[in-house]
Amino acid sequence: MQYRIVHYINQFYAGKGGEDKADHKPESVPSPVGPGSEITRLLKEAGGEGEIVGTVICGDSYYGENIEEARATCLALIEAFKPDLLIAGPAFNAGRYGVACGDIASAAGEKLGIPTVTSMFKENPGLELYGKGCYVVPSSESARSMRKDLAAMTELGLKLVKKIPMGPAREEGYFSRGIRKCFFKEKTGAARAVDMMLARLRGEEFHTEYEMPVFKKIPPALPVRDIKNATIAIISSGGVVPVGNPDHIRVSSADSFGSYSIAGINDLTPENYESIHGGYDRAMAAIDPDCIVPVDELRKLEKEGAFKKLHDFFYTTTGTGTSVNNAEKFGQEIGEILRNAEVDAAILTST
Amino acid sequence: MKLELHKIAVKDAQWGDKTHADGGVLYVNKEEALAVVLQESQFVTAELDIARPGESVRIIPVKDVIEPRVKMDGNGYFPGYCAPMSRAGEGATLVLDGAAVVTCGPIVAFQEGMIDMSGPVAEYTPFSKTINIVMNVEPVEGIDPHEYEEALRKTGLRLSVYLAKECLGTKADSIEVYEKHSVVEESAKYPDLPKVLYICMSITQGLLHDTYVYASDLRPSLPTLLHPNEVLDGAVVSGNCVSACDKNTTYHHVHNPVVTELYARHGKEINFLGMVPAVESTILAGKQRAAMMNLTLSKELGANAVIITEEGYGNPDTDFCLNAKLHEDAGIVAIVISDEAAGIDGKSQSTADATPELVSFVSTGNVNEMLEVPSMQKVIGDARAIANLSGGAAESLRPDGSMYIELQAIIASTCEIGFSRNSCEWI
Amino acid sequence: MTREIERVANIPVVQIATIVPIMLTVGTNRVVPGVAIPHPVGDPRKGPEIDHTLRRNLLLKALDAMQTEIQEQTIFE
Repeated sequence: MQYRIVHYINQFYAGKGGEDKADHKPESVPSPVGPGSEITRLLKEAGGEGEIVGTVICGDSYYGENIEEARATCLALIEAFKPDLLIAGPAFNAGRYGVACGDIASAAGEKLGIPTVTSMFKENPGLELYGKGCYVVPSSESARSMRKDLAAMTELGLKLVKKIPMGPAREEGYFSRGIRKCFFKEKTGAARAVDMMLARLRGEEFHTEYEMPVFKKIPPALPVRDIKNATIAIISSGGVVPVGNPDHIRVSSADSFGSYSIAGINDLTPENYESIHGGYDRAMAAIDPDCIVPVDELRKLEKEGAFKKLHDFFYTTTGTGTSVNNAEKFGQEIGEILRNAEVDAAILTST
Repeated sequence: MKLELHKIAVKDAQWGDKTHADGGVLYVNKEEALAVVLQESQFVTAELDIARPGESVRIIPVKDVIEPRVKMDGNGYFPGYCAPMSRAGEGATLVLDGAAVVTCGPIVAFQEGMIDMSGPVAEYTPFSKTINIVMNVEPVEGIDPHEYEEALRKTGLRLSVYLAKECLGTKADSIEVYEKHSVVEESAKYPDLPKVLYICMSITQGLLHDTYVYASDLRPSLPTLLHPNEVLDGAVVSGNCVSACDKNTTYHHVHNPVVTELYARHGKEINFLGMVPAVESTILAGKQRAAMMNLTLSKELGANAVIITEEGYGNPDTDFCLNAKLHEDAGIVAIVISDEAAGIDGKSQSTADATPELVSFVSTGNVNEMLEVPSMQKVIGDARAIANLSGGAAESLRPDGSMYIELQAIIASTCEIGFSRNSCEWI
Repeated sequence: MTREIERVANIPVVQIATIVPIMLTVGTNRVVPGVAIPHPVGDPRKGPEIDHTLRRNLLLKALDAMQTEIQEQTIFE
């Protein structure tokens, strides 16, 4: 099996010139160029399973200043070679080059469905922008590590294209793409915990298996100025849905939310609504679902004029095991709906 | 306190005329065993099955797994359930080592689990390696869910004790001894060894989310101290299925690996103080109270380090954050063992809560990881139950019996007392 | 979810839930502590009168919270 590999490089490594040629427009050559010859040598050494069938070259400034066009053009040039793998760079600490490599590697991976590898220094802005979308091998700051980095990229690229099962990022030698994956360790969790504890008691080095995340905060929205004329919506992650769960919202790890009309409804009863949330004791919801989605008292307050209108729909999903990404996605979608419906404020209940 | 576990190695089980153990085989008189199960008036019918490692068998929905054991003085097992109220952890206990009773039945609520005895996901549960006596029941119509759970729990314990009791008199293949005196005596013996307390959080949140210590619902309890022998000898019983993946089954409790690992180091590298059965409250004040009082125990006992384990995910993540923060702020090393809910793509934040003081996290895997599961020749229970399990949905089950499900549907796959070797890494 | 709804719709979203630390950690700005996990807005076991009174009081707090100008995450007890 001969894997077809395309190499992406900038104007400098293609021998076109330095800064003066950074506006070089994208072009392709049906053979290795510059550092590509070293990749070719490495591939032969590794058994000759792959060869560079083409090189795509673009000036760093051209890519940076015309990113949409450059990406599209380069993608088309890459695709024309029918590649199984794309290798880009290494970019070391060259910021524009790193951004171009990261951008084209991520785009090629997504659009062409092929594995893509690049390499750059840990402080290269390209890493922060694109490190989640492609495989980035760490390099040194300058081209002094060129041979080592080319070897690392080639080795990783071959592994990816041959679909060899891989270990964690730190073992395989690339910057993590921010994805968690299960692996079996040599020792049980209990043994590892005791080892970690003993290391800490002795003042020795230890490695936590998960670093605490830092969460995004947003400035608070402005308050409602005229409550008597306000429309208020009710939303819940308590998993209350019409009996029978007509939209089959999952009992856990929800991948959808439902919107149900409460126009003309003054009270949620257990005959008409149930909780399908798998993470808490649903006995109370079975007595009165309003203790989770408080339609009854909201309707009374509406009638008393505390606010103008209870929004005609309530939005619901289950909060247990729901990934933060999904929760954010639902929040954005519900936020859009409320904005378009000109709702003034919302109450969200969770269990 | 001195505990001797007299272990009879069980490598197979067969139906027979008389329940007994011989040559590594557990023989079970099916009628007699069924009669033990049907002593429970809330059951209309019951079935018993044997599932062995390597067989093409799926057991679903699983509620609890119990190791057959009995005190050799004839006093039953599980004080408060199948034994008089008395302190566990002393004397001799007969253990059918390698056997397990699995309780199964029409689903009460979500979050029961499954066991595959062979195939690609067998390795995710320890019960693909045990000889399982599976108890499948049909409750009376209109039974209240709380009553059903209790009946099933008690019957599973009773069946386990019956099996062990009938094997009394059989010579043990091996004997494990656990001996440790009181905190005061051990601290006098080893004044210079760092003191370690184990804070074992259990799910204590209501129907099918409860844990029992000496047959008492742990939920309203305030923190107390258990001698490790008590934990290893049946003081703790599981009455819950959180998500199946991080349920601590009753079997897990008597084998608690944090207890056995700390015990192994006791008197050598550490002074193991004991285990605190800690709660995971559903109200904030409860969580704060528990963390505060857990810390009091740690300080009064002079702990230098604590290991904190979770049961469940979601709101209990706040409990381990509070426990870790309070301890680290007090200068006590805190190690947390927990699983992660990082989403099916692994890109989501792994824990529902976080606190910067939590610097020592041991991971037992991502509960949302997707698994391709083949069909099995035999299903004990009801294959369609996957529609209601956390980790599954109606569309998970294909007509040919194969499934695409989350790891969390498999019993004990991410057990947070660190029983397995499953973990997570960045890729 | 709350934070994203607030961000995209640009309206105050008041969250009623029991586990306040989690809400603060994930960035909810206006928080009203709920009754308990299985029943954040009421307590049906205490009978309809108490249940409804609890529910109403929490909603009134929520209405108050959404009208209050705040600079940072705030718990409305």
